[in-house]
Amino acid sequence: MVQPLPTRLQETPSQTAGPYVHIGLIPHQAGFDIFETNFSNVLTGPETKGERIRIEGRVFDGAGSLVRDAFIEIWQANAAGRYNHPADRQEGKPLDATFRGWGRTGSDFETGVWFFETVKPGPVDGRKGHRPMAPHINLWIAARGINIGLQTRLYFADEAAANADDPVLNLVERGPLRDSLLATREERDGQAVYVFDIHLQGPNETVFFDV
Amino acid sequence: MSQADSEFLQRDRSIHPPAFTPDYKTSVLRSPRRAMLSLQSSLSEVTGPTFGHSELGPLDNDLILNYAREGEPIGERIFVHGHVRDENGRGIPHTLVEFWQANAGGRYRHRNDRYLAPIDPNFGGCGRTITDENGFYYFRTIKPGPYPWRNFLNSWRPAHIHFSVFGTGFAQRLITQMYFEGDPLIWRDPMVLGIPDRSAAERLIAPLDLGAAVPLDMLAYKFDIVLRGRQQTLFENKLQGN
Ligand SMILES: [Fe+3]
Repeated sequence: MVQPLPTRLQETPSQTAGPYVHIGLIPHQAGFDIFETNFSNVLTGPETKGERIRIEGRVFDGAGSLVRDAFIEIWQANAAGRYNHPADRQEGKPLDATFRGWGRTGSDFETGVWFFETVKPGPVDGRKGHRPMAPHINLWIAARGINIGLQTRLYFADEAAANADDPVLNLVERGPLRDSLLATREERDGQAVYVFDIHLQGPNETVFFDV
Repeated sequence: MSQADSEFLQRDRSIHPPAFTPDYKTSVLRSPRRAMLSLQSSLSEVTGPTFGHSELGPLDNDLILNYAREGEPIGERIFVHGHVRDENGRGIPHTLVEFWQANAGGRYRHRNDRYLAPIDPNFGGCGRTITDENGFYYFRTIKPGPYPWRNFLNSWRPAHIHFSVFGTGFAQRLITQMYFEGDPLIWRDPMVLGIPDRSAAERLIAPLDLGAAVPLDMLAYKFDIVLRGRQQTLFENKLQGN
């Protein structure tokens, strides 16, 4: 026998968000109005600092069909590369009080398109002893048929130099796998739009992270 | 670095349903098949959104009243409460907990729900709260009914409440479902049975908590939630995370 270790609790198991996730998390999309304050896909206010961007995409299943009932959240640093959270103590990167850095939305029931209005994040320090991380947005995807939320990252295809040094992207094989994490830039009516499609399964399957 | 922002313990995936659970048919085409890429925690994972009480309304945690129009909703009045902790056993204070559910007849107030049971005009079916300084939460609601769903022809979901929880870092994000003690549909449900470890699945079943019931008013169920814990880390020669 050896000395017993203190017992740890075990995480609560995940269950799918189901087809009616909208009720709980984005009730307007379910078709009704209940709360005074609603969380949304617009992360910016008029005072928020940084380049305004729209990120948008669609989610596809393993048959190539549109997933029209996906639920997506994003979490990102502000334009200076600072997360609005007490654990971020990077020096020389100011907080932006008008920017929480988090939003949520659902795929449109008809078109399957989801989008966020936000700012382009700045680079964030990497783990101790690692290079800085290129600008990126963390995504979390839940839906009917998804048993445990999927984590991935959106990187910006026009940040080639920063991406080439990014410690996470460099763990991903160059080619289609790494490309699945890159959003491409378009200009639409004078606005910068980054397009990021997510493939849950199949030859173009997005790289998901066990974080 | 302090305990609150050290790295996360690796998620034990053996207690979660895998992506591909063919008896839950929708998972077949929505399950990634490649191995996920394991990442050590960076600032992107140990940080996460925070929410304030000012963002919530006074009735947001009262599903009996938060959509009541000309009366109160039909069904069993219940009180649901619990403790949100991490794997190290520490309560997680001030974190957002959201919940949604069908009404007493098993029908959701959702434009895509076409089940023949009626909408309850006085029941919205969603609410939210923020845990207190020790990680406790509670809300009032109506016990949801079981409902049929298109999986096998005669598939019925056990009565359940969906939960969404944040924690302190985005890597703790979790959506799950709470079931009710004694429901004979639980162990016939492909979502429950998708959890490989039976004792893990049992932790989704809330016991009746008569001690918290309000006499002559409502029964109570207790649903504790555990989010991922943080590692103990050696930092400047001191063990952090105790
Ligand atoms: Fe449900």
